[in-house]
Amino acid sequence: MNRRKISVVLMILILISITSIIIATGLGPVTVSPITVLKILIGKNVSQLEYNIVWGLRLPRVLLGFIVGASLSVTGVAMQALVRNHLADPFILGVSSGASAAATLGMLFGTFSFLGIYSLSISAFLGAAVTMILVFLLSRVNGRIHITHLLLSGVAISMIMEALTNVITISAPNALGLHNATFWMSGSLASAKWSYLTSPLWVMLICISILLINYRNLNSLLLGEEAAGTLGVNVGRVQGLLVLISSLLAGTTVAVSGSIGFVGLMTPHITRMLVGSDHKRVLPVSAFMGGLLVIWVDVIARMIIAPEELPVGILTALFGGPFFIFLLKRKEV
Amino acid sequence: MRLQVNHLSFSYDNDAILKDIHMEIHQGEFIGIIGANGSGKSTLLRNLYGILTPAGGCAMLDGKNLLTMGKKEVASHVGVVSQENHIPFDFTVEEIVAMGRTPHKKLFQGDTKEDEKIIRNALKRLSLEAMSKRDYRQLSGGEKQRVLLARVVAQESDFLFLDEPTNHLDIGYQIQFFDLVKQLGGTVLAAMHDLNMAALYCDRIYAIKEGKVYTCGTPKEVLTSETIYELFRVRSFIDYNPTTKQLSIRYLPDGICNEGGESNETKAYNNVGNYSNSPVPDIRIV
Repeated sequence: MNRRKISVVLMILILISITSIIIATGLGPVTVSPITVLKILIGKNVSQLEYNIVWGLRLPRVLLGFIVGASLSVTGVAMQALVRNHLADPFILGVSSGASAAATLGMLFGTFSFLGIYSLSISAFLGAAVTMILVFLLSRVNGRIHITHLLLSGVAISMIMEALTNVITISAPNALGLHNATFWMSGSLASAKWSYLTSPLWVMLICISILLINYRNLNSLLLGEEAAGTLGVNVGRVQGLLVLISSLLAGTTVAVSGSIGFVGLMTPHITRMLVGSDHKRVLPVSAFMGGLLVIWVDVIARMIIAPEELPVGILTALFGGPFFIFLLKRKEV
Repeated sequence: MRLQVNHLSFSYDNDAILKDIHMEIHQGEFIGIIGANGSGKSTLLRNLYGILTPAGGCAMLDGKNLLTMGKKEVASHVGVVSQENHIPFDFTVEEIVAMGRTPHKKLFQGDTKEDEKIIRNALKRLSLEAMSKRDYRQLSGGEKQRVLLARVVAQESDFLFLDEPTNHLDIGYQIQFFDLVKQLGGTVLAAMHDLNMAALYCDRIYAIKEGKVYTCGTPKEVLTSETIYELFRVRSFIDYNPTTKQLSIRYLPDGICNEGGESNETKAYNNVGNYSNSPVPDIRIV
């Protein structure tokens, strides 16, 4: 696929994303027509109720969903390059659970409270980074990533971290306010506010840019550490960068939306089927695909048992689990 | 002189793997490294192309120390093809070859017209144009090695390290691979398992035993039945193939040659057939 084609793909994705954001904003227990949503966006007068629903609740939620989805799928891409395997995902390898555990700990003890509104994100980032380094080191056998070790250490660490989160949320429910155990375990976008959008947006944009700048290094890393080394890539430095970036992305998203699983597994895979494995194309395309996936799954989450709603992470797990098994059963893994 | 290796040593967990290696490689030579499994052939190559860090010594490539060069600089001078490596992601042949441009590129710098020309040329030289859009994973072993060779061509390094690149290939692909390497020209340092291949293609051979250079020289000088016995504990009979004008090595495995005692025929081989015409201490079939 040549360069012109990829720009066509990206144009189409941008158009679909804008349309989806407008339509998804209208959908929910109370449905608002896309035309009304558009009117609100361009500042025309509509009823106060519709304005409140769209501007106060839905739009920040849909936008947060898009940012979270894009971040998670780029995290998946980065982690897959790091371990050279399709099966890596922040949720499966316990990174999200590590971020949740550290975030709850941070809230309980107020460890990073001097950092104000960023305290939650920073503790989640630290949790993610520690888990990622742990899983990465545990899964290396004789200098190579061993896939069985990778998945098993991911599962074990994720269980330990979830148990820790449970202990904290159950033993100190008041200190943790709105964020209960379900939030951390299965993720939700229900509490989205405009103020939640800024830092995840910046982190996402900066991280995607850094990864794009390094696209040649990421590509050659997929050939294997030694092959990348013979192509002049400083393998250790690129791996360190990948650990840092995926922890940042995972940490920031977990802090605002809890752990929404399998997005980082599904979208990079679908993206590679569409545009191949070159990171120059995979990174931007998978970011859009992840955003789209999360906003539409979140629409289902708030419609399916309205007026109650499902945590969005439960739905992504319902789709993602079978997808994971499908990938695992294929020959190439 | 293209590459001069002096006093190179390497240890792993206090075990000396390479001891005081000396090598001299001239422009355009095809140099083979032979030796038993675990003798240090691969370790030697990996020290030279920067995957392992030697404990001491130096390796001067065109007057510059290869061992202290930055990774990018090494990669723009030397290319490496090793044993087939499984790539679990979907890349086309063209994309794999294009990765050869990596050492010449800055961060985020895209492929220029010049790069595209180099990549097309590399595909052409290895007759890969027809399969340039195919998925690398679906190629046969021999085709994969050809793609990796094209990647090295796109890398534009005229010093080539080969680390047993044909180990898993059938004889047809092995010969095709080495023929292509020969055609590409450039200087080659190759760790090889197959002694007959080494005899056919190498200008000179270094024999490595227990981490030291046991002997070196032209195939005729190195591939004698004593040296082969010293390196591999295998008895052999060496003669001259008039068609290839190279040596041809016949192995005389104990399990086969011992049966039925010493026949007159094998006696004749042992006495007359040894091309190197040197005394054969351990070759008598008992």
